[in-house]
Amino acid sequence: MIGYLRATGERALVFFGHLGRASLMWGNALSGIPRWNDLLLLVKQIYNIGVLSLVIIVLSAFSIGAVISLQFHTQLAKFGAEDAVGVGLAMVLLRELGPVVTALLFAGRAGSAITAEIGLMKSTEQLSSMEMMGVDPLRRIVAPRLWAGMFCLPLLTAIFNVVAIYGGMVVAVEWLGGDPGGFWIGMQDAVEVWEDIGKGMVKSVVFAVVVTWIAVYQGYDTVPTAEGIGLSTTRTVVLSSVMILAMDFLLTLSMYGDFR
Amino acid sequence: MRLRTLEISVGAFVLAGALALVFLAVKVSGVNFTGSRDSYTVLARFDDVAGLRHRAKVSMAGVTIGRVTGIEVDLDYGEAIVTLELDGLAGVLPADTGAQILTEGMLGARYINLLPGIEEEFLEEGDMILDTQGALVLEKLIGDVVTGMRTKK
Repeated sequence: MIGYLRATGERALVFFGHLGRASLMWGNALSGIPRWNDLLLLVKQIYNIGVLSLVIIVLSAFSIGAVISLQFHTQLAKFGAEDAVGVGLAMVLLRELGPVVTALLFAGRAGSAITAEIGLMKSTEQLSSMEMMGVDPLRRIVAPRLWAGMFCLPLLTAIFNVVAIYGGMVVAVEWLGGDPGGFWIGMQDAVEVWEDIGKGMVKSVVFAVVVTWIAVYQGYDTVPTAEGIGLSTTRTVVLSSVMILAMDFLLTLSMYGDFR
Repeated sequence: MRLRTLEISVGAFVLAGALALVFLAVKVSGVNFTGSRDSYTVLARFDDVAGLRHRAKVSMAGVTIGRVTGIEVDLDYGEAIVTLELDGLAGVLPADTGAQILTEGMLGARYINLLPGIEEEFLEEGDMILDTQGALVLEKLIGDVVTGMRTKK
């Protein structure tokens, strides 16, 4: 019994330790005043994190849009309400699927890469040699990745939404012969700039902060062995995915939960 | 050279993201950047607005001409005061314009329908529509029918 209690307490202390170290790392990395040279590092990271994620984002977006459109069409056609496909597609994508799926893909594609990269830097003692040279690794390695992630994910989400709506349009209008007027007008009538697009973007900014934070911290705090890096990478993807879905529920509740 | 292609691709990515946002705003939500359109607000007093939501449609003869921008309760009279934002300039609708709360289809959203009046005077900014017909609440109707049947016996 005592042993059980002790183990629980120990686990809680370990958890608080992680949370504290992660917060300190985040705060210290982002609080530095950016210098002109940092911009080059940032551009490199935006390339690694954003541009290289484009292929997977665009491909998944197109197929997800097409599938949603197909499902909506088959169901709504029973009621002769094919024109509602556009509204349904846009609402589902802008409010939920766009931010969430993009963030999940981002965690798998970019988050794991960040963790592995920083983890390897740590285990080959590049981080400590930087400190020896008087270069702050938080500044040089961590900060550009955090900023790049927070900058890239909202842009990727916007691209995801556009491509998915295009994919849905291809299926509903070009292929199944829906009415393009009904598709677009219905969508434009229902979608509002702040209520749907803006809140979706707010979600994706929150996800971006969470995912990059987890990814960078897992790399920074990894056990410097081959096995440790593997574990950290796995933990990044698992923890990010769970956090994205949990945060999404809370955000939806606070944004759209007002059903007056 | 390597750095140059990197910079160009990042630039293209940022531009694509910005364009995607503009596309979402313009094509998907149908925002028009022709400046703020003229609009004016009038009030309407209803005995019951059950089911009417913020931003519900205000229409006349089936054409949308405005939105509901506020619903408040007047505690003194136990009535609801609805703020309507109508497109265009004030001074078009007659002062005795009526308003009724209807439902789109069987289960659709509640909206406000304006009925034309015949007065020579016009509704101005902030005027109150008094000739109103509130929402029909199904439970109330059933209740009336049931009590009516009981009292007959």
